[in-house]
Amino acid sequence: MVPLSYYLVLSAILFTCGVAGFLIKRNIISIFLSIELMLNGVNLSFVAFAAQWKAFSGQVFVFFVMVVAAAEAAVGLAIIIAVFRTRETLNVDRVNLLKL
Amino acid sequence: MTPNLHLWLIPVLPLIGAAVNGLFGRRFTRQTVAAIALGFSGAAFAMASWVAVRFPSLTTPYQESLAQWIRAGNFRADFAFYLDQLSLVMLLVVTGVGFLIHIYSVGYMAEEGGFYRFFSYLNLFMFFMLTLVLANNYLLMFIGWEGVGLASYLLIGFWFTRDSAASAGKKAFIVNRIGDFGFLIALFLLIKHFGSLNFAQVFPTIASMSPETQGVGLLTSIALLLTLGACGKSAQIPLYVWLPDAMEGPTPVSALIHAATMVTAGVYMIARSHVIFDRAPGALTAVAIIGTLTALFAATIGIAQTDIKKVLAYSTISQLGYMFLGCGVAAYSAGIFHLMTHAFFKGLLFLAAGSVIHAVGGEQDMRKMGGLRTKIPWTFWTMTAATLAIAGIPPFAGFFSKDEVLWQAYSSPHGSWIYWLVGVITAFITSFYMFRLWFLTFFGEYRGANAEENGQAEHARHGHGGIHESPRVMVVPLVILAVLSVIGGWVGYHNNFENFLAPVFRTGVAVSAEAAQAVGSTQPHPEAGSTESLLMGISIAAALAGFLLAWLLYHRRPELPKRIALALNGLYVAVLNKYYVDELYAILFVKPLIDGSSRLLWRGIDQHVIDATVDNGAEGARRVSDTVRHMQSGNIRSYAGWVAAGAAAIIVYMVWIGVR
Repeated sequence: MVPLSYYLVLSAILFTCGVAGFLIKRNIISIFLSIELMLNGVNLSFVAFAAQWKAFSGQVFVFFVMVVAAAEAAVGLAIIIAVFRTRETLNVDRVNLLKL
Repeated sequence: MTPNLHLWLIPVLPLIGAAVNGLFGRRFTRQTVAAIALGFSGAAFAMASWVAVRFPSLTTPYQESLAQWIRAGNFRADFAFYLDQLSLVMLLVVTGVGFLIHIYSVGYMAEEGGFYRFFSYLNLFMFFMLTLVLANNYLLMFIGWEGVGLASYLLIGFWFTRDSAASAGKKAFIVNRIGDFGFLIALFLLIKHFGSLNFAQVFPTIASMSPETQGVGLLTSIALLLTLGACGKSAQIPLYVWLPDAMEGPTPVSALIHAATMVTAGVYMIARSHVIFDRAPGALTAVAIIGTLTALFAATIGIAQTDIKKVLAYSTISQLGYMFLGCGVAAYSAGIFHLMTHAFFKGLLFLAAGSVIHAVGGEQDMRKMGGLRTKIPWTFWTMTAATLAIAGIPPFAGFFSKDEVLWQAYSSPHGSWIYWLVGVITAFITSFYMFRLWFLTFFGEYRGANAEENGQAEHARHGHGGIHESPRVMVVPLVILAVLSVIGGWVGYHNNFENFLAPVFRTGVAVSAEAAQAVGSTQPHPEAGSTESLLMGISIAAALAGFLLAWLLYHRRPELPKRIALALNGLYVAVLNKYYVDELYAILFVKPLIDGSSRLLWRGIDQHVIDATVDNGAEGARRVSDTVRHMQSGNIRSYAGWVAAGAAAIIVYMVWIGVR
């Protein structure tokens, strides 16, 4: 059986990649993907712990996270399309109307 | 059961007048304003007269409580009024003279701006003055005391666009603060040691105490502090300096507030507190010395003044000194008697002076007057009556009261021949400077540079040219006051006035052994009659001598005064400059205070400590935030970076905790 620490390290790597991508990328779609990556990194640690401790709640949590992520993806993609239609760009640095 | 007199109406009536005129007067015509002011002050006078008529049937002192005011523990001070012979005299003087001066002001102020404001202030003054004399406790009296100060300030600075008037108002107010400070401390002492400020409670307690013949005990301290308060209000040495400057106000104000009523509040207060003073001989002596010195000192300054109102101002200070002398030798009724006659003749002098000033178109310098006798006969004759009264020529009012003061100064157990001598010398000087004023103003040739030119601006506004008699509305009060100045002293004949006031001043006195002796000594000794006649003769002679000297110097040989002034060069200049007292005070008190305020408090503490603390605090905050604000870039990803960094930091911290 694969030890728990492997999963956790992989989860941390995924999450860190997500954070790095979120910070570095300019394209909204890439940022969106990075967010998904972070969510799934967390999901991984949830299921890893659930398997380790034979606890059911961790798995249930993951379902919730997935549901929320799916809803978020639907709303987020709709916003991205709306932004692209009006601004003709996906560069977040250009989408700065609310900035002072 | 005692009848209800509704005494509270007497002060409240002028207050209503003040409120109506003050709030709505701007929209009223001058006639309406005058009618309201006269109506309410006249009503107060009518009410006071009615009270006077009812007075013999009352049990005195009559007390009346209007409303609760302060109740804390056992201490209580209410809106309550106290009427005895003393307050009745004051009541009649204040409302009577006040009403006459109101009438006069209608004529005097007819051409002035701020007509409604003037009458509103004047009525307000009446309210506070009546509160002062009717109060049944020291605290309510203090309200009136401060209130008349306020009214005085407002009226001195009535022409507030003139810088000198504004600063004269401030000076009066600030100098009075010094006296009020003493008064207030005295009240605190009374509360602390007697637990009350009500006359009816404090005085019986004190009356059972024995006199403090030596050292400064509680009663002496209280009395001295009260004296300080009285010195401020009644313009005595060392706090007299505000009164001459107060002449910046309109002349009716000088007559009402700075001659007849307000400045006598100090004398009234001392007389009211006679129970305390009787048991503090040290304080009595202080009062007598202050009074004597002030009388002489101010009279000498009066000799050299050329402004007609300034002469009268110094004369007022001097006469107030007589009243203090009367009180200081425990002859309170003599002091109050002089207060009353002084209200008549000094009020009249000021009003007549106002009439003269009005006639010559605003000129106040006596050197530019002269020969007005035939041109303004009413003013001349009324002023003559007042001058004779103040000079102490029998049978005018001033003779009786001044003579009573002088006789008491000589014969009272607290008196001394020195007081009497200085008093007589002062009487001589008084007579001299008053007749000097009289001759300079009414006799000789008219010396105005050019009558028409001098008063042209004024006259253009008046709508008539040349020197002219005042309108009837001004002359009538003059005549009434002149009659009072002639006959006002006759109430003192055969000690009638003294006997009238006796119940007030004897109640407390009879208890103490020393005072019982004092009462005994007021009964005429076999030879006292002849001594009294002799002293009376001397004071009449002094008055006549003053008249003759003035006649010689200012009528017969008008060139002499200049030669005398040259001969007495240094002295004359000193007197002309009022002995440099103002300058002395400026060096001793005002300048150090201003320097201390500006250098130490303003530049030192305020700018370098308080401002610096605030400024440096703000500067520090600005610098810190200048550094930190770069975090707030508005760039979402940098925020996210900070979030990530923060999360990482927390993880590191927790790991570190776990490892440890």
